Amino acid sequence: MAEIRTEEMLMNVGPQHPSTHGVLRLVVKLDGETIVDVDPVVGYLHRGTEKLAEDLQYTQIIPYTDRMDYLAAMLNNYALVHAVEEAMELQIPERAEYLRVIVMELNRIASHLLFIGAYLLDLGAMSPFLYVFQDRERILQLFNEICGARITYNYMRIGGVKWDAPPGWIEKVQQFVPHMRESIKMLHDLITGNEIFLNRVKGIGAYDAETAIAYSLSGINLRCTGYKWDLRRNRPYSIYDRFDFEIPVGKNGDCFDRYILHLEEMEQSLRIVEQACGQIPEGPVMGKVPKILRPPAGEYYSGIEGARGELGVYFVSDGKDKPYRLKFRRPSFVNLQLLPSLLKGQNMANLIAILGAVDIVLGEVDC
Amino acid sequence: MPFFQWVNDALTWGTLFRMLLGGIIVLLFLLGVVAYMLYFERKIIGWMQLRIGPNRVGPLGLFQSIADVLKLLAKEDIVPAQADRPLFLIAPIIAFVPSFVVIAAIPWTASHPFTADISVALLYYLALSSITILGIMLGGWASNNKYSLLGGMRSAAQMISYEIPLGMSLLGVILMAGSLNIVDIVEAQRRFMWFIIPQFLGFCVFIVAATAELNRTPFDLPEAESELVAGYHTEYSGFRFAFYMLAEYLYVFAISCLGAALFFGGWSGPLLPGWLWFAIKVSAFIFFFFWLRATMPRIRVDQLMTFSWKVLLPLALVNIVLTSVIKYWVNAG
Repeated sequence: MAEIRTEEMLMNVGPQHPSTHGVLRLVVKLDGETIVDVDPVVGYLHRGTEKLAEDLQYTQIIPYTDRMDYLAAMLNNYALVHAVEEAMELQIPERAEYLRVIVMELNRIASHLLFIGAYLLDLGAMSPFLYVFQDRERILQLFNEICGARITYNYMRIGGVKWDAPPGWIEKVQQFVPHMRESIKMLHDLITGNEIFLNRVKGIGAYDAETAIAYSLSGINLRCTGYKWDLRRNRPYSIYDRFDFEIPVGKNGDCFDRYILHLEEMEQSLRIVEQACGQIPEGPVMGKVPKILRPPAGEYYSGIEGARGELGVYFVSDGKDKPYRLKFRRPSFVNLQLLPSLLKGQNMANLIAILGAVDIVLGEVDC
Repeated sequence: MPFFQWVNDALTWGTLFRMLLGGIIVLLFLLGVVAYMLYFERKIIGWMQLRIGPNRVGPLGLFQSIADVLKLLAKEDIVPAQADRPLFLIAPIIAFVPSFVVIAAIPWTASHPFTADISVALLYYLALSSITILGIMLGGWASNNKYSLLGGMRSAAQMISYEIPLGMSLLGVILMAGSLNIVDIVEAQRRFMWFIIPQFLGFCVFIVAATAELNRTPFDLPEAESELVAGYHTEYSGFRFAFYMLAEYLYVFAISCLGAALFFGGWSGPLLPGWLWFAIKVSAFIFFFFWLRATMPRIRVDQLMTFSWKVLLPLALVNIVLTSVIKYWVNAG
């Protein structure tokens, strides 16, 4: 029998594609529906934040961080202000620390919610996307009340936070917690047991802890392999050592573990929010900081547990009011590096499942 | 209604005119059905997703579909420069015509004025509906777009694979009724009972295979939006796109009619007139398909094939054997 001549097909997935979550471009080499090679092309959303920061005073950089991971801007805010505060050894008022923790954990929940919705949308289920938006909306409303913005908050300042919580805000957050627990239960009922969903994510895109560490993965992408590493626990910053919460870890390192960890982390975040709301003291929300911030000359790095992994800020100060060099360690960008090796040999349908589970935000990848 | 008893008449200018008139009436009726099916779908899914659904055009958004169709009509008919032009132009028509033609075999009421009383109606349905696959495949191929090609090939593979269990699942009903004529099958159910009870296994296979055959969620791989952008109709716009959509929704209607007629006793039911019973049953089917769309994620392409060949087909065959054996016993005893 004569051999049938087959050809490999080069397909351009993105930058305008419904499932690349923004402007990621994947040049996919296909053999039938099997992926032979993938070449991710990033940079379509590059805005030069790091370079711009060199011309800005430290406080002026904060709104730029909002635009990196626009789904978890509170955490970005914190990553920057925390790095500067560490460098200058500033004292932060207690109330400000609590407010920060509350908004950060709420933002983590909002970000994880959107992951669940978008991931299920990628896998063809429409409804969860709209359900999670309801809960996310409540969180955004809370943010709107505390800082007047829904996405780009610009809430934190070096030395504290910009606004105190309006009267009744803490109570609203406390009311939100049980509501959110119900919602998580509903999401479990709707999605977690679905046979079609399980077939699409169980055992797909699996890697082990060794690979994850070799690729410098962090966050859920690392914890899904069973490696217990969470900066809130392992290198406590802010006041995280005061709260009682667990670090959920996966077992198999597959897409399902990554999905389920998002839900479990939301529950842990709720626990932190609940405790923080109970313990929050009265007092000022802005510490005593100099008018012009000049960190002493030197190199500084501090990492926090972002919604997607270790969100690090490294900067070099030459003693002036602007950084000499500022570098963001964006977890999405680092986590994306594993993608090509995960995708080889998979079929087109798995591409979406695997890419979605890596949970990238293009604003953060390109920065 | 003697006016529409044209099937047995000789072909004269008069009968030809009456045929055309009947055809146009059915066509307009079906266009209305499809328009309101779209509306129904968007409302239902909207409510399930805590949204309102269309509510701007006309009272309660009732004219939304009409506005959409008008918009599609007014749009430019784009043919990509690199497309295979003749095939590209004809493919939507190939996909769309059979979807109208199959409806001729559906008995809507006991007197069925519009129905071609074909003695092999089921065979006719299956045979014609498979022509649509050709239209979809051609459309995917002729677009000269990689997403379209993948979508078209997936469609072809999927629809051919699921046509077999679909046909097999109907065999049980045919065995029980002893006829391929849908009218006879409905009559047989009136004498005996709705075939959903004795043919439950067959019905399960039927409903799954039908969903896949219709390319609806969870089997909507050909137009898997998140992977293939829009699948085989990525390059289509304007009225050619509308043709594909029309074909898709007409098949939803046709399969629902088939399901209602074969498993739920068609037009038969107490009190209410036959056409209303039929409409209720068909609507329930249509609702079921929309409900699925709001609930399910999409199945993966290789799992889809495995499911058809390794699960559905054996089940359908088991159903046929069981039905035959039981029927033999009953007849013998």
